[in-house]
Amino acid sequence: MAKGMRDIKREIKSKQNMKQITKAMEMVAASKLRRAQEAATQSRPYADKLKEVVASIAAGTKDVKHPMLESRPIKKTGYLVITSDRGLAGGYNANVLRKVTQTIKEKHKSADEYALFVIGRKGRDYFKRRNMPIIEEVIGLSDSPQFADIKSVASAAVKMFSEGAYDELYLVYNKFVNAITQIPSEIRLLPLEEISGGTSVASYEYEPSPEGVLEVLLPKYAETLIYSAVLDGKASEFGARMTAMGSATKNATKMINQLTLTYNRARQAAITQEITEIVAGANAQS
Amino acid sequence: MSTFQVEIVTPERKVYEETANMVSVTGVEGELGILPNHIPLVTPLRIAPVTIKRNGQVDVVAVNGGFIEVRKDKVVILAESAELARDINVDRAEAAKQRAQQRLGARQDEVDFRRAELALQRAMNRLNVSKR
Repeated sequence: MAKGMRDIKREIKSKQNMKQITKAMEMVAASKLRRAQEAATQSRPYADKLKEVVASIAAGTKDVKHPMLESRPIKKTGYLVITSDRGLAGGYNANVLRKVTQTIKEKHKSADEYALFVIGRKGRDYFKRRNMPIIEEVIGLSDSPQFADIKSVASAAVKMFSEGAYDELYLVYNKFVNAITQIPSEIRLLPLEEISGGTSVASYEYEPSPEGVLEVLLPKYAETLIYSAVLDGKASEFGARMTAMGSATKNATKMINQLTLTYNRARQAAITQEITEIVAGANAQS
Repeated sequence: MSTFQVEIVTPERKVYEETANMVSVTGVEGELGILPNHIPLVTPLRIAPVTIKRNGQVDVVAVNGGFIEVRKDKVVILAESAELARDINVDRAEAAKQRAQQRLGARQDEVDFRRAELALQRAMNRLNVSKR
């Protein structure tokens, strides 16, 4: 038996194991993706309703003053970056982090001009390694995050804006399009842009006052936007992982086929050689 | 008897959706009883139970961090969290209450104090609702 044969066999075996793992991961991601999408859909009524009410206040009362609606000259910028805790999700984290790094490089000269909020271990490690200023981080988020899980980071980000720690806040995350497409996007969250859609459904009474209600609602609204971005990010993560693991499985299958072919060739060659040897030996004796 | 639609929505899901005769809530300015054909109104809510009466039945929901939007034929309560009495984890609420009380006793800076106070309110609210 040729020596190469055993090596090839071992290689096939290891590829098979790998394929099994990637296949399992693909299926897990697929089922989690479905759940994440459901969660994203279920969170929509809340966000829509909140937007509707805020918009109707803005439409009803002409000159509402609120720090979260006002644009200030920009001296410092906050970024809230949503990444995942685990890798093996194709370009999921790399895309977002590249986007952030690029923007920061273009817009800021020193580390004093920006601040970072990070969700996800991958992002945190990345920024820590580069000594970039992280204000707050959330890691170990569950696969179906609850609002309470991200409440602290969301309200911190919103509060520091109203206190004037920075003058704009960007949200950077992977926007979920479908299972194979996720677009890294950057959204300016604060100050809140002109909230349009001023379809004043009914003229409401506000208690205690329109400003008082707005005071409560605007931070909630911003937090909700962050929450839906987190849910969107989760869906993207599973989509990206599913695709990545799917192609890994496909590649493994291809390699196994190639190796099996090589193995069979080697086996055949070994048999032929053996026969030749036997025949040659028999011939020599007679 | 005239009725109207009541919905309670949290960021995670729709918690409650029924046709009701009356809703009573605690707004920032005080208690409100809402009957059908109420004038359109928006107000933030305190951390308190919301009571919904329908067909002689009474539902109580523990609502935290929310506000209410009243329209002629519909009432929507948006809250950060909302639980029906049967969904409340009493042990967890009890534990949260004790933790909050300990923190309040320990006297730290103002931010922690506020936080503990809110946590205590939430826990008490849940316990109250579950006991009804």
